[in-house]
Amino acid sequence: MNFKLKIWRQPNAKTRGKLADYEARDISPNTSFLEMLDILNENLLARGEEPIAFDSDCREGICGTCSLTIDGEAHGPDHPGAVCELYMRKFRDGATITVEPFRVRPFPIIKDLVIDRRALDRIVQAGGFISARAGSAPEANSIPIPKHDADLAMEAAACIGCGACAAACPNGSAMLFAAAKISHLSLLPQGNPERVRRVLKMVHVMDAEGFGNCTNTYECEAVCPAEISASFIAKLNREHARAAIQRGAGE
Amino acid sequence: MIGTLDARIPHGPLDQKWRSHRDHSRLVSPNNRRKFEVIIVGSGLAGGSAAATLGELGYRVKCFCFQDSPRRAHSIAAQGGINAAKNYQNDGDSVYRLFHDTIKGGDFRSREANVYRLAEVANLIIDQCVEQGVPFAREYGGLLANRSFGGAQVSRTFYARGQTGQQLLLGCYQALCRQIDAGTVQMFPYTEMLDLVIADGHAKGIITRCLRSGKIEKHAGDAVVLATGGYGNVFYLSTNARGSNVTATYRAYKKGALFANPSFTQIHPTCIPVSGEHQSKLTLMSESLRNDGRVWVPKRKEDCKKPPAEIPEADRDYYLERKYPSYGNLAPRDISSRAAKEVCDEGRGVGPGGRGVYLDFADAIKRIGEDTIRERYGNLFEVYEKITGEDGYKMPMRIYPAVHYTMGGLWVDYNLMSNVPGLFVIGEANFSDHGANRLGASALMQGLADGYFILPYTLPNYLAGQMGRRPSADSPEFQEAESEVRGRIKKMLDVDGNRSLDSIHRELGLLLWDKCGMSRHAKGLHEALVKIAELREQFWNNVRVLGKDEDFNQSLERAGRVADFLEFAELMCTDALERNESCGAHFREEYQTPDGEALRDDENYAAVFAWEFQGRNGQIVPPKLHHEPLHFETVHLTQRSYK
Repeated sequence: MNFKLKIWRQPNAKTRGKLADYEARDISPNTSFLEMLDILNENLLARGEEPIAFDSDCREGICGTCSLTIDGEAHGPDHPGAVCELYMRKFRDGATITVEPFRVRPFPIIKDLVIDRRALDRIVQAGGFISARAGSAPEANSIPIPKHDADLAMEAAACIGCGACAAACPNGSAMLFAAAKISHLSLLPQGNPERVRRVLKMVHVMDAEGFGNCTNTYECEAVCPAEISASFIAKLNREHARAAIQRGAGE
Repeated sequence: MIGTLDARIPHGPLDQKWRSHRDHSRLVSPNNRRKFEVIIVGSGLAGGSAAATLGELGYRVKCFCFQDSPRRAHSIAAQGGINAAKNYQNDGDSVYRLFHDTIKGGDFRSREANVYRLAEVANLIIDQCVEQGVPFAREYGGLLANRSFGGAQVSRTFYARGQTGQQLLLGCYQALCRQIDAGTVQMFPYTEMLDLVIADGHAKGIITRCLRSGKIEKHAGDAVVLATGGYGNVFYLSTNARGSNVTATYRAYKKGALFANPSFTQIHPTCIPVSGEHQSKLTLMSESLRNDGRVWVPKRKEDCKKPPAEIPEADRDYYLERKYPSYGNLAPRDISSRAAKEVCDEGRGVGPGGRGVYLDFADAIKRIGEDTIRERYGNLFEVYEKITGEDGYKMPMRIYPAVHYTMGGLWVDYNLMSNVPGLFVIGEANFSDHGANRLGASALMQGLADGYFILPYTLPNYLAGQMGRRPSADSPEFQEAESEVRGRIKKMLDVDGNRSLDSIHRELGLLLWDKCGMSRHAKGLHEALVKIAELREQFWNNVRVLGKDEDFNQSLERAGRVADFLEFAELMCTDALERNESCGAHFREEYQTPDGEALRDDENYAAVFAWEFQGRNGQIVPPKLHHEPLHFETVHLTQRSYK
């Protein structure tokens, strides 16, 4: 298969970037999208041009490192799945494909297609945890948790932290990311003691980092490789309202 | 010359050793802890849990990872589960049984005392993870669920869907985030360790490169903990993440740390086969598929190109069922992998290049229906379809073994400290608990045991005698190490040759896969040693690395790692050559039973091989071998049989 590629090149955060034209020829349909970029990079190297910088690590859709917008869609056309799980057989032979980084204001571009997503870490640092000192945990089966709650918590906890939700959102909102963590932890009895503090702090940091608000476009859910349901955003809103009232009432 | 190593195993009965060791270890008082700085390299299950726990105890921790976030460490990709001897199923499990299964699974090439301690603390890990909010699978009554795994006759594996590693890592990442917020842990993402600094014979710091800016930095600490994972990517293709590498442990080796059993590599039998020459990584298909899938190849070579449906039952060879009737398709990993290689070597493999075997669900679908199979393994069939474009319900899947885990690693004593005082090594990066073959669901157990429950006791024992001995990061040892690192980077950029990094790395990988993979023999290993040296020459004379040093430069990052793999590969082959027996994943063709099974030599090789670097000034010379004899006081050494 042959493809025409338009790929975002940007030497660093301070310099302006632009789309550059490339060609990929004789690509097997069983090549993954990232392997196609590997091949292109080998060709660039042979010509003495600097390879295109892009991020990836596990290449099996779980680490959340890869972060490309392909033809305007976060993680490309094959949902659900991260871009590392996208294969060239999903494209038409001869197609022109545009490749850009995730574009979200709190994710500055480092180089070419590589972005800095540490804003997501800072949201978790604000309270996305249960304080449990090693050594002080009670026996694991001492608190039974209904299977339904545990399964629902797992659905939320499956988030891979890639940031595609924010990239797909017209408002650049990270609500799905924050909602997944807040829902996961508040569905479990162990998460209850810090429930109020957690949601207030995480939402505060999320706003401070410059992420936008949710206006229910559901773009996040559509691109999420972990199939996190947007209904968790509703849960986040309930958690936040509940916490704000409790805090307001001085509880 | 051969030296003998002392693992500092405490005296006393096996089940009392850890307790009595803890009772007599030195402590650091709470108000003194903040005076110590601990450097932790790696943020996976081992490094992340260690950083969070030591931070919480009050030490000042600096934690480094090459990824953009500690949550992306490769522990995240582990699927199956984590073992513990809770005996929730009332099926006869105990700490002793977990210990015994693990040491037998490792083909009696690991330390009794370490493995027993691992089995002891495993239960604490489950408690800890549940308290952190890890959403383990549960039964309708709300209690924790278990499933069974290879090498055990009890159900002791805890799991979170097929994403256990992810959930355990996120639990540990969240604990780490809490400490980052509290200011006890300082996190350095996008930072790679490029050298270890030794001052007065103790590990007291590291040299790092920031992968975003290219800046070289010096970090001093009171102790250095390496938690940098395994080196499976020396084979180029493996189930490891692309970034996983040997650099931190290998450079520590070059500074005097011993590397133990480097040739022990686990090759997992059920992975999606290589489809083309540009493939960048291999994907694991959970072993659980072998519960319902039947493994076969055609009996005749001529049939290999035919569509599988056209090959009648009588012309199929269900070779695992034929050779291992009592375990059948669930024979252990090392044995199943070798059997697949054997039939493919005979020319009976299927798929591109003839390196694949069928994993067929047709019988199971007939027996219990497609819906039940979908319910059990639906997500795995989806992954298979995404990667190969084939429907595993309609035609048999094709699978082939792939490099998955490395049992070898830096040598550590019972305290998880290497032979270099102050250098601790935890998780997959050390060699300690899995012997010559790791059982399923015990990698996660070991990583978290080391980080949450062992290092927090053994590290203070060292630190207690080190008050005020942290050197300045401007001292001559640091400056020397920094200039070495800079020199090496410059040398790589200056080669300016014609060959790409990937082409060299790929060639190295194929060579190792062929000569030091699922089976090895002396002649092949000798050939490999010659070729590795040639490839290394190629690298240093003809590699092309573009871009600048002080910049975000992915080619340069990878070049450094490949350069280390090119030296490390030699150590692997040397180790494989020295061990004149077959055990676990190390199968030397010269040493097999009449029916082709691994033939151990307990009299001469019940020992850990630990290698000491001998090169100077960039020269690679044969390393010096040290032995740690393994003493078995409790278990009885037997031949593993799965017939």
